[in-house]
Amino acid sequence: MKRVEFLIEWGLFGCALLSIGTTIGIILVLTIETVSFLRQVPIADFLFGTEWTPLFATPRFGVLPLVAGTMLVSAIAMLVALPMGLLSAVYLSEYADERLRRAVKPVLEILAGVPTVVYGYFALLFVTPLLQAVAPTLAGFNALSPGLVMGIMILPLVSSLSEDAMRGVPRGLREGSYALGATKMQTSLRVVVPAAFSGITAAFILAVSRAIGETMIVAIAAGQQPRLTADPRVPVETMTAYIVQVSLGDTPQGTLEYRTIFAVGMLLFIGTFGLNLVSTWLRERYREEYA
Amino acid sequence: MSAALPGIVWRRRADAAFRALALLVLFVALAALGTLIWDIVSDGAGALSWSFITSFSSRRASQAGIWHALTGSVFVILVTTVLAVPVGVAAAIYLEEYGGRSLVARIIELNITNLAAVPSIIYGLLGLGLFVRMMGMGRSILAGAATLALLVLPVVILSTREALRAVPKSLREGSYALGASKWQTIWHQVLPVATPGILTGLILALSRAIGETAPLITIGAVTFITFAPDSIWSPFTVLPIQIFNWVSRPQVEFQAVAAGGILVLVALLLSMNAAAIWLRDRHQKRGTW
Amino acid sequence: MRAEAADRPDLPAKVEVDSLNFFYGAKRALEDISIRIKPNVVTAFIGPSGCGKSTFLRTLNRMNDIIPGTRVEGRVLIDNVDIYGSGMDVVHLRRRVGMVFQKSNPFPKSIFENIAYGLRVNGMAGSKSELAGRIEECLKQAAIWDEVKDRLDESALAMSGGQQQRLCIARALAIRPDIILMDEPASALDPIATQHIEELIYDLKQAYTIVIVTHNMQQAARVSDQTAFFWLGRLVEYDRTERIFTAPSEKLTEDYVTGRFG
Repeated sequence: MKRVEFLIEWGLFGCALLSIGTTIGIILVLTIETVSFLRQVPIADFLFGTEWTPLFATPRFGVLPLVAGTMLVSAIAMLVALPMGLLSAVYLSEYADERLRRAVKPVLEILAGVPTVVYGYFALLFVTPLLQAVAPTLAGFNALSPGLVMGIMILPLVSSLSEDAMRGVPRGLREGSYALGATKMQTSLRVVVPAAFSGITAAFILAVSRAIGETMIVAIAAGQQPRLTADPRVPVETMTAYIVQVSLGDTPQGTLEYRTIFAVGMLLFIGTFGLNLVSTWLRERYREEYA
Repeated sequence: MSAALPGIVWRRRADAAFRALALLVLFVALAALGTLIWDIVSDGAGALSWSFITSFSSRRASQAGIWHALTGSVFVILVTTVLAVPVGVAAAIYLEEYGGRSLVARIIELNITNLAAVPSIIYGLLGLGLFVRMMGMGRSILAGAATLALLVLPVVILSTREALRAVPKSLREGSYALGASKWQTIWHQVLPVATPGILTGLILALSRAIGETAPLITIGAVTFITFAPDSIWSPFTVLPIQIFNWVSRPQVEFQAVAAGGILVLVALLLSMNAAAIWLRDRHQKRGTW
Repeated sequence: MRAEAADRPDLPAKVEVDSLNFFYGAKRALEDISIRIKPNVVTAFIGPSGCGKSTFLRTLNRMNDIIPGTRVEGRVLIDNVDIYGSGMDVVHLRRRVGMVFQKSNPFPKSIFENIAYGLRVNGMAGSKSELAGRIEECLKQAAIWDEVKDRLDESALAMSGGQQQRLCIARALAIRPDIILMDEPASALDPIATQHIEELIYDLKQAYTIVIVTHNMQQAARVSDQTAFFWLGRLVEYDRTERIFTAPSEKLTEDYVTGRFG
């Protein structure tokens, strides 16, 4: 009987260890191919080069255009998602009554659950033509349209995480502020939000990480022209869209072009993993403050 | 007692303006969703038909169908479930019931939290390097399902843990006091009570998996395929990839087809959710009194 | 005329505790407890809340083991075997030392299954008719058979609080323990249900050794033969119930039972 219990516990433990295996697997796969890549392309060229043309006759492997594309689209998305998400969270946490909350929450959940291809369709075939009617200089593929749509997609994430953080602020703090005659807005913005600061920052960082890692919206609507630019009206290519582009093609295994997707993937992984770690650390610290 | 507080009028106005701004934000979110739904439905309703669902893809928009992608999606999700559920539930049981606060358990927890936020395309690269190449599964349903299983594993583990945590301590104590072992307590008492919660988490995970495009493209799910998959080793495609393929075509006729595909995807998502909710309610009535 | 097993010093102690110290992490919750509990006797643990009586009760079936960070020093001997010794099988211990909790905790299953569970996990189920027979027997022992005999397949959660508690007692009896530990078994019940439980305890005394924690002094006086008074983690006085309530030796005991604090 005891033997069986022992075996069961070890079996369960093995399953739990699998998650470590996943992380190790990711790191291994990315590292092996990236190392091969870096044997043929100097790392300085990769990280600081400004032209990305790996499939041309004279290939260039400067990743900055892809990074710029990612940053541009993500920045636009954050301009939408962060302020709107925070406002939404403040309203839901401090103002809204139960009825409104019950009506709004499902809407936000659905927005968060829509598959990203659907958002990509929406960005390319609805939002872009709409924006072009207003600003005719907008190209068919651009950074603005997917950026806006991505912002809408990430808004619920910012809203719900920030709301959780604000809900963690003890009621006593609010009551102290009201007792001094402050309005709800003053209490929310000057007492609750600052008190929930690290929790909210953790939410923001997670949102950025999500935007950077998003693939399909940009693959459909942003274009496939790597360009080092800050102009939201022209086609760009993000790191994620590049990986999709190559995967759709017929690149054979073992070639330099094949390895580029792992090198780009490695960069993407380091960036998002770093952001996620910071976000987790901030959330832990916040929990300690108010636990 | 009518001495007005300084600036009270201004402060009240600012408060009202703030309230209005916040409501505007919520309205924008609602409008965005509404516009999205309207756009898709109006574009795609025309393309929906029985032949659309049962035909295969074609170079001509008027003959394009979705059967191969639909069966591919269903097949992949089934295999993903078989792979992810036992491992995920087992891992969650370990962490929640056995692990405690040991260092190893904390490292695993931290790792899972981080994995949950890794971009899905990275999982695709992992699947490509590990399943497709190293383990030689090729661009098969099995490789795709294994990749998706790793992707949804953190979600399954996290939500199963919450379900286990929600089981009252008194239930475990009552069982231990009768001389039951840890595993007997978990298997006979804790798991049955936690099952509805576990199922809910599963719905969440699989709903996400069914909409996933990037990792499957990366492992090589093809975008033009003319047959339904017949085994776990066959090449395949899934609904979101087929939609992506149609959206990417310049011909205007394919827009409607893509929208139709989206409607089918959404229908599949909704019916999955409904089936799982029904399953959960049924278990709740029968098993947990 | 109650059989006064407590009055027979020749009977060996069922439970013998020697200098027991108990720690929650660094904090000492029980200090130097030594007591001998006789068989077939009802012993009551009384004392103000937080004095350690429940903690001490739970050391007798090692229920504190499931709380992380706890530590035990000293010996607890049941039938002369140290239950904290290295060879002790906790699962086996808990079959012989049963427990009834303050808040009744029936499993979310049928009445039948609630009792069958304990029998099954201990390998005592036997054939279908043996199982049914055993279940009927302990439900009768718990004085609840007549009320549930026609609805054994219904959910245990549909019963009243008092019935649930008697079901939990039946569940504990089913696996034939020697000792039954009860942690404030009637504190959540109304007076009539409480009376049922107290009568039950009196009847069970013939066949079992019972230790009951209670904050209700009148209940202790009614139900027990021996009483132990705890205060701030120490055993202050342990004697026959009559003596404790009419002529205690310690001033602290006297102050408590006369209500000067508590």
